Amino acid sequence: MRSFRAFLLKEFYHIFRDRRTAAILFGMPLIQLLLFGFAIRNEIEEVKLGIYDQSHDVVTKEITDKLVSSGYFLVTQALHTQAEIERAFSVGTITEAIVFEPGFAARLQREGKADVQVITDGSNPNVSRIITGYTASVLREYRNDSAKMAAGGVVGVEAVPLMMFNPALKSVYLFVPGLMALILMLVSALMTSISITREKETGTMELLLVSSLRPVQIIVGKVVPYLLLSFVNVVTVVALASLVFGVPCRGSLLLLMLESLLFITTALSLGIFISSITSSQQVAMMISLAGLLLPTILLSGFIFPVASMPLPLRLISNLIPAKWYLIIVRGIMLKGTTFSYIWKESLILLMMTLTLIAASIKKFSVRLQ
Amino acid sequence: MKEALLAEGVGKRFGAVNALQDITFAVGEGELFGIIGADGAGKTTLFRILTTLLLPDEGSAEVLGLDVERSWREIRRRIGYMPGRFSLYPDLSVEENLRFFATVFGTTVEKNYELIREIYSQLEPFKTRRAGKLSGGMKQKLALSCALVHRPALLFLDEPTTGVDAVSRSEFWQMLRRLKEQGITILVSTPYMDEAGLCDRIAFMQEGGVLAIDSPAGITALFGKQLFAIRHTQTWQLITALRSSPNASSVYAFGSAVHYTDKRSALRADELLADLQAKGFEGAEVRQIEPGIEDTFMALMEKRTEAAHE
Repeated sequence: MRSFRAFLLKEFYHIFRDRRTAAILFGMPLIQLLLFGFAIRNEIEEVKLGIYDQSHDVVTKEITDKLVSSGYFLVTQALHTQAEIERAFSVGTITEAIVFEPGFAARLQREGKADVQVITDGSNPNVSRIITGYTASVLREYRNDSAKMAAGGVVGVEAVPLMMFNPALKSVYLFVPGLMALILMLVSALMTSISITREKETGTMELLLVSSLRPVQIIVGKVVPYLLLSFVNVVTVVALASLVFGVPCRGSLLLLMLESLLFITTALSLGIFISSITSSQQVAMMISLAGLLLPTILLSGFIFPVASMPLPLRLISNLIPAKWYLIIVRGIMLKGTTFSYIWKESLILLMMTLTLIAASIKKFSVRLQ
Repeated sequence: MKEALLAEGVGKRFGAVNALQDITFAVGEGELFGIIGADGAGKTTLFRILTTLLLPDEGSAEVLGLDVERSWREIRRRIGYMPGRFSLYPDLSVEENLRFFATVFGTTVEKNYELIREIYSQLEPFKTRRAGKLSGGMKQKLALSCALVHRPALLFLDEPTTGVDAVSRSEFWQMLRRLKEQGITILVSTPYMDEAGLCDRIAFMQEGGVLAIDSPAGITALFGKQLFAIRHTQTWQLITALRSSPNASSVYAFGSAVHYTDKRSALRADELLADLQAKGFEGAEVRQIEPGIEDTFMALMEKRTEAAHE
């Protein structure tokens, strides 16, 4: 027991004395969360709007005001000819142009409909799609309002979308769970695999093996520090997400922490497994990065939905622990799901963990290879 | 004399490479035993088998009377091992390294301080320094302290003096002699021939096999030929001329001299000198000398290569 304590102490020395490791461990969650939360996001604000109003009547004025007051648009330019629109786009002073046809109000009055042309910069299709959507929803709202005021009511079928759990479609809701999965995977799996292979590389593993430490003590001694640190990271991310970005935890916080511990254990056992099949830090890092980081980002449903992947990738995604953890975290944090709805995912993570540990114990050798 | 270590027919293969073949030797209790061989001779593999870190493919070995395959745990507790590379934690201080290894070997620095005092006292002024920032000689002293801290009965030192300056090397060997006086059996490997003479007995290794095992004196007795040291200002021409002579048995540069053996027996130095002078090597100097360990090693190696060719 004394030697195990000494081993743990040594591990903490390694972590805190290596500035780079410490910086990665504690800086990465902060930086990534702030980066994803503030910089990398899908919402678009202050769309630079140019208006080519060929009508200049009450209605076009009202619609323009409504667009501006929505908070998403900023009228940067009044346009006067068709040619001017093109120039403004190529110079980049606007990202969207709205054209009202001549006699807009009169036509609306007479025929009950008038045309607004919405022009966007197709060189960035994602942005175009989003701002077209914004514009359409503002116009729809205007039409509904004015129809109500006209007392005639709206005739026909109207789709009224409501985004459950995230009505404002904030992208930080999407990123926080994914980020938790990513950070835990990286810190746990990458760091443990590197720290075990480092001992192999420097030859200290030879000494540890001939010491009175049991293999179990060596492995547990490697795992415990990273388990603690990863847990600190989970708490940091959840706290930051709630304090800075207002991401709620609608379900049980205790359940979230327990499920996170389970996922950390999965990641740690993956790290140990990687280190048991490699003998150099370089290879361990390559496997961790190429084999864990990319699949965790691309195949887990973090950014791209699993359902829209081709079948082979969908099958592969089942092997990625982060996929299951993401379902769990999104459920607990955003939907307030209870354990009875996520036991299947939890069981899958547990089975993965047990399989990895069994494989590692089988591969971990009390001798050198 | 009781045996501290016994290897019988030990062999090890890595894929198609025969790293060790038929290694048989014994080390007596309290002996300072050297394993001499060039890089790649199989010294480290042999050490790893004897420290139970590798399993032999053939043969068997006993360390302190225990079988290396079955009683590995017990053996590991009772031996000290200093691997070839610097194998301490560079980011831990001198003192932290020593305490760590004392603790994981189930003891404390204080309990066995007597044994390491002489070595460690030289390091104590630097005990807060990170091990990675020590000089080669100091690293080696720290590694030895760490290997000794649990008072092992048998100490394995794999190339402890490689990459260490000459002064530190001779200091290190003095330390080994004193440890031997304390009754610790020491098995040490080295690629340096000049260190072989400092051991009680040595085993010559080449290409995974043992060429000879004996005391340094016994080894040089194996030479069995007259050896001449010849000096001349034009060493290269001298070597070429000697090699072309039909009587030459072996010719090789040795420091600033040329070591030469002849196929004729009972040759006198002045006869050889006359030969050389006749060939135009005026001012050459010929002396018959006692063969050293390196001479013997080269002769043994040559004999083995010839045997392999026949």
